[in-house]
Amino acid sequence: MTAAVSVHNATKTFGAFTALNDVSLDIKAGEFIVLLGPSGCGKTTLLSILGGFQSPTKGRVTIAGKDMTSVPPAKRPTTTMFQDYALFPHMKLRDNVGFGLRMRGMAKVERDEKALGFLDLVGLKASADKKPHELSGGQRQRVALARALAVDPDVLLLDEPLGALDLKLRRQMQDELKAIQKRVGTTFVHVTHDQEEAMAIADRIVVMNQGRIEDFGPPADIYMRPRSVFSAGFMGEVNFIPGKVKSVDATAALVETAVGVMALPIASFTASAPTSGQAVMLCIRPEHFRRAGEAEGPVVSLGDAKVTGSAFFGTHYRCHLKPASAPDLIIVAHMPQSTAVADGQIVPLAVSLADIVALPEGT
Amino acid sequence: MRDMLTKIAAFGYAGLIYGFIFLPVAVLVLFSFQDGRLPVPPFNGFSLQWYEAVFADRKLMAALANSFLVAIVSSVIACLLGFLAAYALARYKLPGSALQRGLLIAPMTVSYLIIALGLLTVLNTFGISLSLWTVGIGHVVINLPLCFAIIYSSMGDHHINIERAARDLGANDFKVMALVTAPMLMPSILAAFFLSVTFSWDEFIIAFLLSRFDVTLPVEIWSLLRSGLNPKTNAIGSLVFLVSVALLAVLELTLFGKTKKS
Repeated sequence: MTAAVSVHNATKTFGAFTALNDVSLDIKAGEFIVLLGPSGCGKTTLLSILGGFQSPTKGRVTIAGKDMTSVPPAKRPTTTMFQDYALFPHMKLRDNVGFGLRMRGMAKVERDEKALGFLDLVGLKASADKKPHELSGGQRQRVALARALAVDPDVLLLDEPLGALDLKLRRQMQDELKAIQKRVGTTFVHVTHDQEEAMAIADRIVVMNQGRIEDFGPPADIYMRPRSVFSAGFMGEVNFIPGKVKSVDATAALVETAVGVMALPIASFTASAPTSGQAVMLCIRPEHFRRAGEAEGPVVSLGDAKVTGSAFFGTHYRCHLKPASAPDLIIVAHMPQSTAVADGQIVPLAVSLADIVALPEGT
Repeated sequence: MRDMLTKIAAFGYAGLIYGFIFLPVAVLVLFSFQDGRLPVPPFNGFSLQWYEAVFADRKLMAALANSFLVAIVSSVIACLLGFLAAYALARYKLPGSALQRGLLIAPMTVSYLIIALGLLTVLNTFGISLSLWTVGIGHVVINLPLCFAIIYSSMGDHHINIERAARDLGANDFKVMALVTAPMLMPSILAAFFLSVTFSWDEFIIAFLLSRFDVTLPVEIWSLLRSGLNPKTNAIGSLVFLVSVALLAVLELTLFGKTKKS
């Protein structure tokens, strides 16, 4: 089963601390949503509110259109997968997975059969008679997933479930989670602070900071067209170049920066339409820099820049550059692996206009 | 050479310590096998006659059964109450929880004599006649703090999420406690139970002051001692010791060994 989830103006305060600040969110049935943000951004609080472990100070939560704001966890069509797995240490895997069914009054034979089916789904059918302490971290993880799914929830809430795994296993589990989510069709709401994980699994990402939603959209949109400076910085490396809007017309805005004046299309202003005199921050990903003349489509030249350092990263050279027109600015750019770069080399820099995002300063 | 000396000194010291602790018990056990009427040196020869006499003594055997009954029933009650108190204090925000914890553990610091006298006064006031039940009540009073302390200290925060998970999967409070919390804490609950049993098994003052016709083993042994030294008292003493050792061995092998592994 699956259901849509809506959060309306949820606020949660703990004493003087505001963990969630007027958050609204609409999640479609069957979506894989990732709540992404640094620790203390309110993502776990939001998940707890969805699961019913905490109730919002203000605001409402609806699941499948029904108000769930004050319904206890057991009565909600949600289950939670905890960060530390929270398996029952004294029970065999089949009893762990069958626990929710037992609480729903299902007979032993029937629930054992169903539990085995879910253990099979996560590839642990052969270990049904083992106890949690006999398993590895990744296996416990899978059992926790099977246990949460066994009760056929509309919404599965995952609280940093991959946080304790090593990198390789984490990547593998991400693929599995995504595949299982597609198979069962349940709405997944997954919390993480790892932006790569978020991009790997999410249908849509919710970027959170200081109790607010900074950005919400598909991974590519969040990465390429961020709607806040925080979101741009959190999703990966980015160069911020401060500027000022000089004039605005119907199709473009003229922005003055230390590396020159550029005419940016209105579409570059993802957060709000530009106004004359506004201070803006231009965001350019390191891989979006081109040597002048290499780029396709309309480009803007940033003039010559001197390479002050570089390192080979396999897929690219990561270079530090000092623009001739603004020696105070350090730009990080990725150069193609095919062209060697030397310190002190002068490179003419350019960026496709479409790759530049301009955001109001301080967002 | 120096190493050798420190080694000898260390072994000598350890030997003295263990001798100091266990020599009295060793002497007690040795003279329970005395072939003669007095449990004092010289050792006349090996005999099982006093054990025979112990098992033939109806009063002693009845006291032994009483001790078992009191130890087990009072320990079960002490563990149950200790568990409930620990659960409440570890999982809920209660008014004055530090004070309540202190109050629960406080009886540990009060001497058994004072507890027994207090209970005696209370029982008299309410006109409750003395019996094995009143001894059991006394033993619950002294063992409850112990059970509470052991079980409370094993209730870690990492259990909270496990209980949350159970609740999330549809378990009500009673089911969470019975199916998840208690089984999870079983090692410490059993440890509390066995320790409580050994304490109740050996306890004299409360058992003496709060019993009348049916008495527990330590009280019966005391009345035997009044008629003078006798290898029979050594024999029953050895049996009491054996039971305590057996309980500790069970505890060590089944519980502490297990918790180390997992």
